[in-house]
Amino acid sequence: MSQTIALSHDIHRDDEGSKIGMWLFIFTELLLFAGLFIVYGVYRYLNPVAFHLAAEELSVTVGTVNTIILLVSSACMAMASSAIRMRKKGMTMLMLATTLFIAFMFMVNKYFEWEGKFHHGLFPGSEDLLKLGQGDTLFYGLYFFMTGLHALHIIVGIVLITIVSVKVNNNKLTAENPVLLDNAGLYWHLVDLIWIFLFPLFYLIA
Amino acid sequence: MENHNESHIVPFKTYGIILAVLIVLTLLSVAVTQIDLASLTVFTAILIAAVKSGFVLVYFMHLKFDNKLLKALVGAVFILIALVMFVTFLDYNYR
Repeated sequence: MSQTIALSHDIHRDDEGSKIGMWLFIFTELLLFAGLFIVYGVYRYLNPVAFHLAAEELSVTVGTVNTIILLVSSACMAMASSAIRMRKKGMTMLMLATTLFIAFMFMVNKYFEWEGKFHHGLFPGSEDLLKLGQGDTLFYGLYFFMTGLHALHIIVGIVLITIVSVKVNNNKLTAENPVLLDNAGLYWHLVDLIWIFLFPLFYLIA
Repeated sequence: MENHNESHIVPFKTYGIILAVLIVLTLLSVAVTQIDLASLTVFTAILIAAVKSGFVLVYFMHLKFDNKLLKALVGAVFILIALVMFVTFLDYNYR
């Protein structure tokens, strides 16, 4: 009898607590990126012409494609949270796999985009950039830092969703215990949320 | 037991509709910024981004079905960010 009590005590979980913990982490991430957006805003205010011209170098098409595919992946991740509760394991796995595939596609697009910029001599500290002046240096510095930090978050998301997929496949995460999937989803939506603001600020306002 | 029974299952259809709205808003923001609205361009692009982020927070991040404490916390963080931005730009504008 005492063993049963010990066991049931062991499996006690606080799903609401886990969720609030994840949200607290998300708040720190939001404040981190908000700080960067303020830096962008101030430098843009001080160098309006250079920011305007430099932003024209970025491809609106690539930016739009990446925005749309990231939105689709976010929807898939949200659907995975519903699917696991409906006890549809196959559907959950399919949604997680689609999310991972799209995340990978986003990174491939990012690679080609950055590679193109490097090819034109546009990278932090390059000779070409120094010749263009302070405004352009600031624009590309912020562009590489902010999209780079965002891309780092995508990589972390890929690792996290892979772990979740393995756990779902091994029945470690089920309709009775879907919190890790939900929290991975929250993280993934945060990555989407940040991109929603990066996209107009770097690609559209030219 | 109470842990998982509370959570509300959002139907796929809801997420599908929200996704469609988000894609339309993205295309709209691209279209709007191609037209020259002078200073309004920045404002419009950020306004559309704010609306999009609202949909992501409320539906994808499940806030619509979360408790009031969490809603208040998220609201407070965004108010804090808005205030810090407002004060910073006020400072730069009147320097």
